[in-house]
Amino acid sequence: MTIDNAAPPAAPPPLVKRHRLSTRLWHWTNALCLYVLLTSGLGIFNAHPRLYWGQFGANFDKPWLELGRFGAFWTLPAHYDLAMSRRWHLSFALIFAFALLAYMLWSLFNRHIPRDLAFRKGDLAPRHIWRDIRDHARLRFPAGQAALRYNVLQKASYIGVIFVLLPLMILTGLTMSPGMDAAWPWLLDLFGGRQSARSIHFIAAWLLVAFFLVHILMVLLAGPVSELRAMITGWYRLPPERDA
Amino acid sequence: MTTSPRSPIVSRRALLTGLTAGTAGLLTGCDSLARNERFRKALFSAENMHKWLQRPLQDRDALAPEYRADQRSPFFRPNGTANPNTESYKALWRGKFADWRLMVDGLVARPLSLSLAQLHTMPQRIQTTRHDCVEGWSAIGTWRGVPLKLVLDAAGLSSRARYLVFHCMDDMGGGNGYYESIDMVDAFHPQTILAHALNEQPLEVRNGAPLRLRVERHLGYKHAKFLSRIEAVDDLSRIRGGKGGYWEDIAGYEWYAGI
Repeated sequence: MTIDNAAPPAAPPPLVKRHRLSTRLWHWTNALCLYVLLTSGLGIFNAHPRLYWGQFGANFDKPWLELGRFGAFWTLPAHYDLAMSRRWHLSFALIFAFALLAYMLWSLFNRHIPRDLAFRKGDLAPRHIWRDIRDHARLRFPAGQAALRYNVLQKASYIGVIFVLLPLMILTGLTMSPGMDAAWPWLLDLFGGRQSARSIHFIAAWLLVAFFLVHILMVLLAGPVSELRAMITGWYRLPPERDA
Repeated sequence: MTTSPRSPIVSRRALLTGLTAGTAGLLTGCDSLARNERFRKALFSAENMHKWLQRPLQDRDALAPEYRADQRSPFFRPNGTANPNTESYKALWRGKFADWRLMVDGLVARPLSLSLAQLHTMPQRIQTTRHDCVEGWSAIGTWRGVPLKLVLDAAGLSSRARYLVFHCMDDMGGGNGYYESIDMVDAFHPQTILAHALNEQPLEVRNGAPLRLRVERHLGYKHAKFLSRIEAVDDLSRIRGGKGGYWEDIAGYEWYAGI
């Protein structure tokens, strides 16, 4: 192997602090929770793989979606066991919900939300958004100091997940609980009935799967080693500035 | 040497293989974890956490939502035992349940034996409520029956009683009937009734004739059908499998079924 000796080997770019402890802790807790909740949730869905709109819905009513059972690859436990799927689901639902609440409060307190997640002046200008879409489409990722900030599409998807999709999962989940419907009857008004809430819960779960796939793709394209290190240790190696 | 930022860092095949293997590995790991006694205990303790969170959020008498008659399911789906089909049940059914009695005993001052006719003479409550099955479906129907509180007052419930056990006439195998239990918060809840009619008709066999429990803030399996006896106890651990209900014993369903 020959080494190009035209230029002296450049020193690796510096490591910088990227993710706070609160973000890292929550990220991995949440990843584990969402994994267990999805697989156990599909196990529960298998008990009645039909979805309805409205207050009621059972075998003699018309579903808007009817599927077969999800296979062993998808469900927790791998075999059909409604009781165990529910045990997993309802345990991790508590961890998931309170972890999200703690993360939101901690991030407000340590200014993660206003500093990193909130849109800034000019972020939402159509020209700025358009440029960001073009950059993504050309797989042109920010380099140097710019890589330390979230771009506008990234902010939009994180805001959408943290403040819309995840709370939606919690609220539609609570609406399916007969105990919570007695405590908070407004839940049923909010979603238009228990069976509507169950349908929304299912749709939102797949939106989270879609987010996960894009998220993984972006990590891989942006440099998985550096990104993973940043989310584990907090330290991030800046991608070198581009020449042009 | 640095890699070009454009070179594929992970091939698509490696990515797919990795994700598939990772998922399969995690699932297998979770399944073996669930067989660990301590982990299982922790997993099962979430039920009490939910109860502990929900009960203060509910008023003690907070009502399950009630619906209008025009919001009812066109057909109320039956579930569980469709027909007990035992000789004794068939005999009672042929006699239009005239010989059927509801026993109320255990920790009570005055054990009762109530006929259907006697239950009909007591004050009634009518409620159109949603029945939520643990499987995920829901059906709305109008129930008519006697508030359980009135029966308990008539029997003189002892202050030592902490649970009510509902014994049923269907044979779930080995001569054991279905059974369920509730605590005193639910026993004295205004919507907890002993129902003998659904949608203005006497209960069909499939819906639990002649009498079933309605405990509206819980999932369907708590609503014991084909009632024959209500037993007041101070402890559930001595009853049958000890977990307070047929499915709780057999399958591991939550005893607190508000979730």
